[in-house]
Parts: sequence; C-alpha cells; structure tokens
Amino acid sequence: MYLAAQPGSLQLTQQGQLKHFLTTEGLPKTLLTRILDHTESFLGVENKKVKNAPLLRGKTVMTLFFEDSTRTRTTFELAAQHLSANVMNLNVKHSATSKGESLLDMLHNLEAMSVDMFIVRHPESGAAHFVAQQVKAGVSVINAGDGRHAHPTQALLDMFTIRKTKGAFEPLTIAIVGDIQHSRVARSQIHALNTLGTGEVRVIGPKTLIPHALSQFNVKLYHNLSRGLKDVDVIILLRLQKERMSSDLLPSKHEFYQTYGLTAEKLKLAKPDAIVMHPGPINRGVEIASDVADSDQSVILQQVRYGLATRMAILSMTINTQDKQLFSEEARTS
Amino acid sequence: MTSYHTTKPEHIDLETAIADMTKQLSDYLTQRQFKPSLLVGIQTGGVWLAERLAVTLNPHSPIGSLNISFYRDDFTQKGLHPTVEPSQLPFSIENKHVVLVDDVIMSGRTIRAALNELFDYGRPSSVTLAVLIDLKANELPIKPDFVGLNLNLKPGQRVKLKGPKPLALEFNEPII
Repeated sequence: MYLAAQPGSLQLTQQGQLKHFLTTEGLPKTLLTRILDHTESFLGVENKKVKNAPLLRGKTVMTLFFEDSTRTRTTFELAAQHLSANVMNLNVKHSATSKGESLLDMLHNLEAMSVDMFIVRHPESGAAHFVAQQVKAGVSVINAGDGRHAHPTQALLDMFTIRKTKGAFEPLTIAIVGDIQHSRVARSQIHALNTLGTGEVRVIGPKTLIPHALSQFNVKLYHNLSRGLKDVDVIILLRLQKERMSSDLLPSKHEFYQTYGLTAEKLKLAKPDAIVMHPGPINRGVEIASDVADSDQSVILQQVRYGLATRMAILSMTINTQDKQLFSEEARTS
Repeated sequence: MTSYHTTKPEHIDLETAIADMTKQLSDYLTQRQFKPSLLVGIQTGGVWLAERLAVTLNPHSPIGSLNISFYRDDFTQKGLHPTVEPSQLPFSIENKHVVLVDDVIMSGRTIRAALNELFDYGRPSSVTLAVLIDLKANELPIKPDFVGLNLNLKPGQRVKLKGPKPLALEFNEPII
C-alpha cells in the first residue's frame, strides 16, 4: 500500500498540530513532549468521581478494527468515552466487507453518518494512511496498528511509562528484545526514542527476526541477550506472535525462551533499578519468565493504565485541530 | 467613563485587600455555619490566594487545586491549553462546604468551567466564590461572593497575580 514520501507530513496541519496520528516517524520532539505532558494531566481524570472530561462531547468516534485486539480496542473505546464522545465499534469481520463492499465504499458510508474520528487497525501496512488520505476534511484518523508498519499510540504510552519512571531520556540505555522483524510496536518505539534523545537504543534478537535495514536507525544490534542487557535502564520485550513460531524463522518456543527469554537471572545483568516493559499480551515462559512479569521491576500493568491517559491526550489533541480548521474556513467564507 | 479604576492602581494595597476579604469571608462562613470549609484554588493564581486564605480559615487542611483546561468552553477554538499541573483534590468534597478561589474574574467562564469540574468530584453542600480582583466584565450570570478589589481596566489591558511569595499584581502594560 501507498506510504507518503514524508511519513509525518500527512498527519500535521500547516501550523504543525496533529490532525491525524499515524506514525511516530517524522514527528518533532516538541510535539511528542507535548503529548507526554498532556498525558500527565489526563492521568488526574481517574481520581474524579465522574471519570470523564467533556472535551469530545458531541463528537462521534468509530473504532474500525480489521484485526483482532482486546486491549487496544477497549482502551481506545474507554478513552473516547472518558472524553464524553459517542463511541461506536465496528467489528469489520462481521460487517459488509464480507459481503464484498470495498473499504472505500464502507468508509464513505460511515462518513455519511457524521463520524468525526476513525480509529483504525488493519493487517496491511499503510492502511491508516490510506484511510487518512480518503476521509473528508475535518475527520481525524488514528492508527491503532497497521501491519508491520506502526503502532504509534502504543509507542507513546511506552514513552510516557519510561519518562514517568525514569525521568529524562538522554542518560538512558534502552533495549528492545524479541521479534523486531514483524513488530510495528518496535518501529514506532525506535522513532520515538531517537526523537526524544535517548542515550542509546539497543535491539536484541535472533538474526532471522531483526531486519537488516535497522542499522540505519541509530540503534545497536545484539544477537546475544546477555551482552545486550548489560547495564541497560529499560528492557522492552516484544510479544512473540504464535504464527511466527510455526514458521522456519524460529526453531521452537522452548529454544526461544532459552536464548531470548527474560529470566530473573538475565535481568540481573541490567542495572539494578531497570524496568521491564511489554506491550502485552505476554506469553509467560516464552519471552518472559513468570516471576519477572510479576516482579517489582515489571511495569507492564502501569503501561496499561498509562495507555488510557495517553490515548485521551492523543484523541483530544487531534480532534481539536480539525475543528479549528473548520472554524477558520468558516471565518474565511463569512 | 471618567475613571478607569474603581480602585486606582497607585492606591492598590494588596495586603489590606486580602486581609479585609479574609475577614469578611470568615465572618460569613461562621454566620452561615459553613465552617469548616475546604479551600479549592484555580491554577495558578487562585491556588496561591487559597493558600493565603487558608492560614486564617482552615490552617490544618490541605488546599485543593483545579486545572480547568478540560472544561473550557473555548477548547474547540483554542485547543488544549499548555498544561499546568493536573487537578488535585486531596479530600472528598462530598457534603462539604467548599470555598472556590481565583485571582481574577472577568467573563465568569473560568468559574463556570471550575464548577463543572468540581461537581465531577462530588456534590458539595455549598460553594462560596472568593476572588481577589473583579474586572466587572461578566458574560455569564456568575458573580463572586467576596472580592478583594474591583478594577475597571481599559480595553486590552490585563492583570494577573504573581506569586506565590510575595503576592503582587502584574499589569500587561504600565498603568498611569
């Protein structure tokens, strides 16, 4: 599918505000930092008796998931509801696309129902960009994961978790471990970590699961877990997707655990206060030992909690720029 | 209008104004049997003023602070404001008497937003509004119960509270 030459350009207004949120690639540091700052504010919403803020009141948000997801879809749905939006979930597998309606036709039909924002997950890389190019002005598109390309809201909630627990990015050494080849999360994380000025980004995994092109992204490659984990501040594990295990890229689940699984013993190689992250859902005994997942160093559940606030921040930042555009167009015509 | 200022800037005595306001507020809260009251300031100037009022009114209770940016009615035009601190109410306001405090009241829109947010935290028994400076430019049916100073500014002129210690007024242009 088509990807814009400048991947960041489609998602920004002329004033540099987010109008879609499709990828972390090409987004300036100031904007990423602003998302993290707003996330901090939205964390406070959960202390209220009424856990809502009225920012998206009267707006209609539709989740459009062409691929299974529990956590991402529910946190997006909750985030939109906490912002007082009207939320609809479309399970595309059970919709008209199975009757042969094209994605484009479906999109235009949904637009006719006055949807203000689409949250899109799709197995093909570039799908969210495609949707963003097709929607009419004033409609925002959020990428909730497209193929192997990007999962920017996950990356931002991870950045928030790191900043919340570790502070500044500059002094940190951060290791991403596992199947990088098929991971949209890893790609989005690497762009964000580099933009935010992380001291050192390491990527650890078997040769078959690390793309060659990665070396141009200012990361250090390791194929040995023990060496790669030495003195790191943050360990980000990736989920080993079951469909990869049956392929010839990996010998076996057991062998992956032996070589790249994070055990308590391996964790000791990192700094004593290192944190362990995972986008979930975790495979205990595959990429992470059960006791590590439940240890004090694990921030996996904090990630889920922060994910809600991060998505509230991103939703309210994007929907608003669309309004402003409309506003200025109206102003010009009146 | 002949006089721009109900109180002339050169005559502003902030400390006396705060002291007078505190006394009136305290008497009122006693008379209405609204004591003890919880003080909630609107960020950032309102929080500083609430801290000052608390010394007399409720020295043993923490101060609540509201960041009303999620409740502003100009969100669709101006977007999210650069964030200050998130709201923090370190107590339950349910069935409590609340004194809402801000530094300056102009249109009343900030207070409208603050009341909406406050009620998302619970149902207070009462809310009393105390504001240091009233610019008498209300656009909504909201008027402060207690005011330190009434000022009448020229168009385009702005005033805000500087602090936290000492508290002082800052005008966006020199006042002659």
